Formats: sequence, C-alpha cells, structure tokens
Amino acid sequence: MSSSKSEAAAKPSNLISGDTGDWEVVIGLEVHAQVASNAKLFSGASTEYGAEPNSHVSLVDAAMPGMLPVINRECVAQAIRTGLGLNAQVNLKSIFDRKNYFYPDLPQGYQISQYKQPVVGEGKIEIDVDGEALTVGVERLHLEQDAGKSLHDQHPDYSYVDLNRSGVALMEIVSKPDMRSAKQAQAYVTKLRTILRYLGTCDGDMEKGNLRADVNVSVRKPGTELGTRCEIKNVNSIRFIGQAIEVEARRQIEIIEDGGKIDQETRLFDPARGETRSMRSKEEAHDYRYFPDPDLLPLELKQDYVDGLQQHLPELPDEKRSRFMKDFGLSAYDANVLVAERPSADYFEQVAQGRDGKLAANWVINELFGRLNKEGKDIAASPMSADQLGSIVDLISSNAISGKIAKDLFEIVWSEGGDPATIVEARGMKQVTDTGALEKAVDDIIAANPDKVEQAKAKPSMLGWFVGQVMKGTGGKANPAAVNEILKQKLGI
Amino acid sequence: MTDLTKLTLSQARDGLVAKKFSARELTDSFLTAIDKGNAALNAYVLPTPEHARAQADESDKRLKSGNARPLEGLPLGNKDLFCTNGIRTTACSKILGNFVPAYESTVGQNLWNAGGVMLGKLNNDEFAMGSSNETSAFGNVVSPWRRIGKNGKPSTDKLVPGGSSGGSSAAVAADLCLAATATDTGGSIRQPAALTGTVGIKPTYGRCSRWGIVAFASSLDQAGPITKTVRDAAMMLKVMAGHDAKDSTSVDMPVPDYEAVLGKGVKGLRVGVPNEYRVDGMSAEVQKLWDDGIAWLKAAGATIHDISLPHTKYALPAYYIVAPAEASSNLARYDGMRYGLRVNGSNLTETYEQTRAEGFGKEVRRRILIGTYVLSAGYYDAYYLKAQKVRTLIKRDFDDAWNTVDVMLTPTTPSPAFAAGEKSGDPLAMYLEDIFTVTVNMAGLPGISVPAGLSSQGTPLGLQLIGKPFDEETLFRTAQVIEDAAGRFAVPDRWWIKG
Amino acid sequence: MQVDEATVRRIARLARIRISDEEAQSLQGELSGILDWVAQLDDVDTVSVEPMTRVAAHALTMREDVITDGNIAGIVTANAPLSEDHFFVVPKVVE
Repeated sequence: MSSSKSEAAAKPSNLISGDTGDWEVVIGLEVHAQVASNAKLFSGASTEYGAEPNSHVSLVDAAMPGMLPVINRECVAQAIRTGLGLNAQVNLKSIFDRKNYFYPDLPQGYQISQYKQPVVGEGKIEIDVDGEALTVGVERLHLEQDAGKSLHDQHPDYSYVDLNRSGVALMEIVSKPDMRSAKQAQAYVTKLRTILRYLGTCDGDMEKGNLRADVNVSVRKPGTELGTRCEIKNVNSIRFIGQAIEVEARRQIEIIEDGGKIDQETRLFDPARGETRSMRSKEEAHDYRYFPDPDLLPLELKQDYVDGLQQHLPELPDEKRSRFMKDFGLSAYDANVLVAERPSADYFEQVAQGRDGKLAANWVINELFGRLNKEGKDIAASPMSADQLGSIVDLISSNAISGKIAKDLFEIVWSEGGDPATIVEARGMKQVTDTGALEKAVDDIIAANPDKVEQAKAKPSMLGWFVGQVMKGTGGKANPAAVNEILKQKLGI
Repeated sequence: MTDLTKLTLSQARDGLVAKKFSARELTDSFLTAIDKGNAALNAYVLPTPEHARAQADESDKRLKSGNARPLEGLPLGNKDLFCTNGIRTTACSKILGNFVPAYESTVGQNLWNAGGVMLGKLNNDEFAMGSSNETSAFGNVVSPWRRIGKNGKPSTDKLVPGGSSGGSSAAVAADLCLAATATDTGGSIRQPAALTGTVGIKPTYGRCSRWGIVAFASSLDQAGPITKTVRDAAMMLKVMAGHDAKDSTSVDMPVPDYEAVLGKGVKGLRVGVPNEYRVDGMSAEVQKLWDDGIAWLKAAGATIHDISLPHTKYALPAYYIVAPAEASSNLARYDGMRYGLRVNGSNLTETYEQTRAEGFGKEVRRRILIGTYVLSAGYYDAYYLKAQKVRTLIKRDFDDAWNTVDVMLTPTTPSPAFAAGEKSGDPLAMYLEDIFTVTVNMAGLPGISVPAGLSSQGTPLGLQLIGKPFDEETLFRTAQVIEDAAGRFAVPDRWWIKG
Repeated sequence: MQVDEATVRRIARLARIRISDEEAQSLQGELSGILDWVAQLDDVDTVSVEPMTRVAAHALTMREDVITDGNIAGIVTANAPLSEDHFFVVPKVVE
C-alpha cells in the first residue's frame, strides 16, 4: 500500500512524544461490513442474526460434497451501491478467488473472496475531525464470505461450531494508510458507517459484529519512511478502535526506542487489559494459495446496470449537509449533527419543511434529541411525530406561544400526545399580547415594588427582574417582548 | 427366456414398451447377474437391490398405464462419485466413511425422473484420480476382458477396466447394467470405454450439471454415460443433460434429441486428423485402427483433412498442474469436522493431519501435495498461471481448426488395456494414459469414444471423436457410422459368473 | 525442479496431511519428477496470452435474494463424527 497523496508535513497535534522525540502514527483500516441481504452470498439460507445453531445453514454452507455456489444478485448490487457511495471506480469485470486455509468454522477449507480483481476499486471518504477536513483514500472494496462461529467455552476439550454466519456476504473495504491519529481513524469508521447506513447496504450494527475493523498501525519519525505495521484484528467498536491504536502506537514506540524492531504480525486488542497481544498461533505458515474459483465465472457487469444503480442512489450525508446549510441556513455543526443518521435528517427535514429551518433545527437537536437520549430511545421510537413538532414550531413562529410555554407544550405532547394547537387552545396556553391586560400586570408589579422601581431607574439591567415578575404573574403566557416595551415606557428607561 | 442382461438400452426399452417382459423381470435379471458376477469384477461397491425393485415396480405401473417415461424401467449403474439421497456415497475414499447424503445429484435425479432404475453404486478410482481403477478404497475393478495368450487361450492376468470410471465400464461391458453414469476430468469416461469395448461420451463443459457430484477439478469435470452402443449413449445423454440453476457453470441451452440424428450419416462432413496425435511409440495396431476409422468415414462420404493443433503436447503437463491445484482446494472440505472419517490427534492440527493422512489414499495425497505446491506463494505464476495461459492456447488451436473441419478423429488411448500393477508404480506412465483425451477437457469440448477394433491380444481399442462446443449431435451421428462399420465388441466369455 | 525435504514437509503441513519420514523421502523424488516433467511448459511463449478464467462462455448465473434454504440443522449435522444440540463438536481450537 502506498499513500494516496504527496505527504503533507505531520501536524504537531497528531504527534506522540517519546523519549527520542516526536513520533507519527500511520493508520490504515480494513472494515468488514455485512451486506444487508435476506439470503447469503452463495446460498439461499437466511442471514438473520441469533438463530438456533446451524439452522440458517444450507448444504452449500456446510460444504457437503458436490455442493456449488450460486451468487446472490442483491449482494452484488449492494457492493456496487457502496462503491458508488464512496465515489469509487466500479470494475465491470471482477473475479472470485479461493483463499485456502483450514479452520473448523471454514467448512469449504477456503473462503470465496476477491483477490486480484475486486468489484470496486479506488474511492474516497471525506471526514471532519475537530473542524478540520481530511480526505481518506479507499483502496478497494470486495465481496467475500463470512466464516462460522466457534464457541470455546462449552467444553474443556472441544469447540462447538455453528455455521449460521458461514457464507453471509461481507464487503471488505480497505482504506489507504492516510490516517495519522486515533481520532481520524474513529472519524473515518463513523463516516463510513453513516454512508453504509444511508445506502442501506449494511446496518452498521457493531454489537452484532455486522461492522468490524482490522486496524493496521505503524509508527515513524515524521517525514521518514513507513514503519513496519501490525494488524489488530476484529476490533468491534469505535471506542475500541481509538484505544487499540493508542496502546499499539505506544507499544511500538517503546520497542523502537528500546532499540528493538517491530515484527509484522497479527495482534488482538484486549479491552479489559487495555493492551494488544500477538496472535502468533494463527500466523504460522500463512500461505493462502489464492486462485480463481473454478465453480464461478467472472462477474461481468454492464455500464447501464451500474448507471441504473447510481440513479437510484439516495442523497448521501455530505450532499445533504451542504443542502441543509444552503437551504435552511444551518451552521456546519448543526447540519453535521442532523445528517449523522438518515432517519434524523429525514425527521428534521419534515419539521423544517416550509418553516424556519434554524428554529426547527434548534428544536430537533436540543429538545427532541436531548429527550430521546435521556430516555435511550431511537428516533424511530420517538413518541412525537415530525408533524407534531412542526406544529409546535409553527405556534412559536406565529407568536401564539412563548418559548417557555413551548417547552411545557413539548412535555405535554411527548407524554400525552395530541395536536399541539388544540392543546394550546384547550389549556389556555396562548401567549397574552393584549396590551391592556399586560399594562395592568405591569402596573401591579410597579405598584407593589416601589424600591425596585428606584433601583431600576439607576440600573436599567434590573428590567429583567420586572419582566420575570410579569411572566410569573401571567403564568408565563405574557409575550416577553411586549412586556419589555411597556416596562421601558412606564419606568422611563 | 433369452438373457435380458445382454440387451442394449434401446432394445430393453423397446422390449418393455412391447410388454415382452416387465421392468421387475429386467431388474431381477441384473440383480442376479450382480449377485453372481460382482465378486470377481468388483464393479459395484454397493448394490441397492431393494431400491432397484421398488423403482422397477413403479415403472411397471407406469408401463401398464401407458405413462412410460424415456428411460422407464431401465436398470442403470451409478458411479459412486454421484451423491445419492439416503444411500451411502464415498467417492471410493476412506475419508467419506459411511457418508449418507440427504440429496441426489442433478444428473442422477434427471435419470430417476425419466424412469431409470438404480441397481447400485459403482466403483471408481478414489475421487476419480486414476486411469486404471487401482486407487479405490474398495479395491481394484477387474475388466471382464482377458488377453488371449500365445497359446490362443485366455490369460489369467487381471486387466484394468480403465479409470476413473472403471466400475462403470466394467459393469456395462459385463452386462451388470444396461448403462452407467460416469464422469470425465481428463479422460475418465472415454479411456475406460475404450479399454472395455463400450461407448463413452464426455459432453461439452456446462452441458451436464455438476451439482451433487463429488468434485475433483471443477473446471474440467463433466458427467456423461458409458453404454453398450452409440444409440444408448444418445438416449442417456438426452436425459442427463440440461440446465441447472444450482450450478453456475451449467449452460442454459436446449438439449437436442440426440437419437434423432443417428441415421443422418456423414456425407460432406469435414473430418480433421490432427498431426500432433501421431506420438512416438504409438503401436502399429493403434495406427491401423486410426487408419481404419479414416477409411470408414471417407467411405461414408466424409472428407478427411490433416490439421494441426500445435499445443497438443503441452496439454497433459498443463492438466497435471490445473487438475491437482483445483483438487487440492476441492478436497480441503474433507477435514473430519462435519462428516466422514475423523482420526483424533492430541490437538486440532494433528486431528486434521491424521484424518487426511489415513483418509486419503496414496495417489490422492500425491495430487493434493502437487496442487498445494503449484499454488503456494512464489510458485503460482510459474505453474498455475502458466498452465492456464497454455490452456488458452490449446483452446485457440481448436477454435482455429474449427474453421476448416467439423469434427476430429483420433485414437482414444495410445495402447490397449494393461494388467493391474503394470503402471501403478510409476505415476508419469499412468498419467500418459490420458494423452489423447485430456486436451478435450482442457478446452471444454465434447468427446466420444467408440469401440473400433481389437488388439492383437483380443482386447478392445477405441477411436475418439472431438466436436465443437455443444455439437454433440455431430459426434453421435459420426460415431454411429464408425459403430456400423466396426461392429460391436462383446466379451467372448462370461468367466466372472459364479454358480 | 528439485524439491527438498523441508519443502515437502512445508507443503504437507499446508495441506494438513501427516507424512512419515519415509514418505517425505519418497515424495521428494516423485514431486521432483512430476515438476521436472511439467517444466516443459517453459518452452511455450505465453507473454501476451490471457489465462483461461472460464470454460463455459456464458454469463455468471445469479440467484434472487430470497430465502429458499435452511432450517435443516438435523440433516446438516447428521453425518458429523461428533455433534451436540446441532452444533458440530470439534477438537478444541486454541486461539
């Protein structure tokens, strides 16, 4: 692997200081993303998670004698969609190869994968770390089979093998070694996950192992040649990816500074101990003997077919963010928050449609997301529909209710449901804008607090106290701007 | 009653339809012949008499009600490479142990759906690796043919029936079935057919589904029949062939009625005779056989053309890279984890290594090691990639030749049947058995072997016809002309029948 | 191509086939002989030749994304040397 662009000078904030000076960490990622599909890559068995042992297994998946693979059309389409979503080259001819090795959860004795000619070539992902934009190159994307699962804790002498995952389609997405900090690597995986979820090509569920990463880490003195890399296998959370990179970089720096040498090897991250350790046992005699799978023909695609998939691609987070900023006047920060998940963006867009975009964004981000987070709910499970929240925003915009009342109204709609406008009417929550009534309220407060009146005349910032009192006296329904005006007039300030 | 086992497939079909005998009577005749004869020949590794009788009874019902299917009630043998639902399938390897599939190969299912009756599972070289049926875990198959010694009497040397489909060729030649399934990766249908005086056709790659057939080398394997006559082969292939959505390499093309072309002759047909098949050391009798074939086709109105297939001599070495490479990977699934033999070691790796050392025979182990070697890091380009490039050139030779000829004629084997043990000590000598047949697999073409004469020792010799892709029809009508001219070659004496 | 004993052992290990000392010896000769024989391919000029990646000349067959198989755990494990509750039971895998 080589870096995709000419080397920029290392950024000081990304450097790790050691005994012999500063070090730069170089990171490349191989992400395995489970293709969202009903059936497996080469068989008609289900991909559903959590089934009874070996129940989602066909005779093909169990590698019975004479069984043959037939590729799932949708898995191919999903890989192409993903390639298009990563602005990548889609290869009109690709080849499936066999990667040969023995393991009890690999029934065929080989994994069908793509080695020399993958279905997708070079692409790129734009990431943003602390407000700084960075482009990470994608080397390739290929389709391959997942392996089964071995349980080691069932018996002292035996492992138990379940092939339910065996043959499920994976996309292996290989980045270029373009990342220079744990944060960048985390941002890359987060962004990739967002894109996959937008495309609907992978559900991104890292807890179920549907998205996992092999992390390649090396260190070097800034401006020097790439160091020897270690591959940390199967890291299954974004937090662990960050931790694994940091401890692995530290480990390598210490070895080199102690005069040692890094062995190119496969390592495992142990989150409990906060360390990586060698998987030398698996390393032994790796020689995968790749060759084209003679049970399959080359995968040949027509440009028309690829173009058709391109046309039906959904709007992706980067485009959506630009559009939100342009159409709704959102800040980059707010836009980023809103596009992170497609359902959130869709929800926001429904709320903002024909309304004040900024106000809508405030309510979606601060009130709705805040509340959902607090209750640990997903947006899909929100008790408040976008129409309901939109109606609240309308009531605020038309000055029918005050911001404070709006928060009360949000509570009522959240817990009781119902049409916000009707609730406002029925419960007398409408903002008081009638000048006569407000003047009376102001007069009452002035009359009751002559000392404060004197203070306010000397110190105009006391005005706020009077506004607060009037709001309190009206149960929050007074229009604060109108109250302000009347007070200024009456107090002569 | 005449001996029903002597009938050809088509004669038996006609006899059943004419109600001269019942399917049950026919099947019972064969079961009796197997009872009495199989011990000496070892053609069947698992006779399935109850299964056969049940199928025959069903056929009798259909025959009675006039609903006969194309192969209704016709007793067949099934090579043990074909998986059979509920019936032990081993590929004649110890490593499959007592494996009982829960599925039927597509080709097998096609035969049973057409009314065929399965008499049992036939012996073969282990995983179809061999040219003499001396590598089977169930022991050698003995050819029903015997050499005539200088004294004019049959020798007691046990001749090989060819391989890997040696059970199929022996059973058909010895009248232990009407016809048999077989597979051909480098010559495993045509060579045993040639050595036993039977007809064997390997169709175009993709014509028959490979689903449910134990794989040897996926890009070369094809199923086909071994039969007593050309017509019988046409009947069998018509039923065995056809598209199968479960095999990505199966071709979606209609299957012609091969029997319909049999009388059409070869008038005006351009027959190519490739120079490169005149190899050093070819015996005079094989040369004469070839000349006879040329003469018969010429007499029937064909034109004969000398052609060149320049890369012919490289086909066999390229084959012995490609086939073992694919086999080394295809046979990785036999690891003692999910089915078949497991020999426990003190850890997982030892279990793998002991299982595979004890489960695979010597020739299979040798080929797995060769295949592993040629695919291993640093050697892939020099061996496997090189061989696949040579394969492109071999195919190109044929593509060029089809501009000037319609079919090619060659001998099937360089020599007649040999005795067991004569070649088994020297792998290279054994590999040379495939020298004329293997190019056809490398290029994915159809090839048929037809009996054409007897050697000086009284054992059969075959001629091979090679056709254009999916032009099996031309092979059948040309083969029929040769069969008509040469006559049929039945074993003179049923010495193997006991009691 | 002379294959040495270390290579024979490495290949046998890759193929997961145990070989005895005696076999390691005899295989050296057999493999060397076969490799010498296939070395005649070196005489063929293949510089501008594409390797054969298909025998059949049609397009790759594809299946629809429909669940048509599975729920046969009993059948899948029926031939297993050792199984329990539809798991394949295999010698301990040491990570």
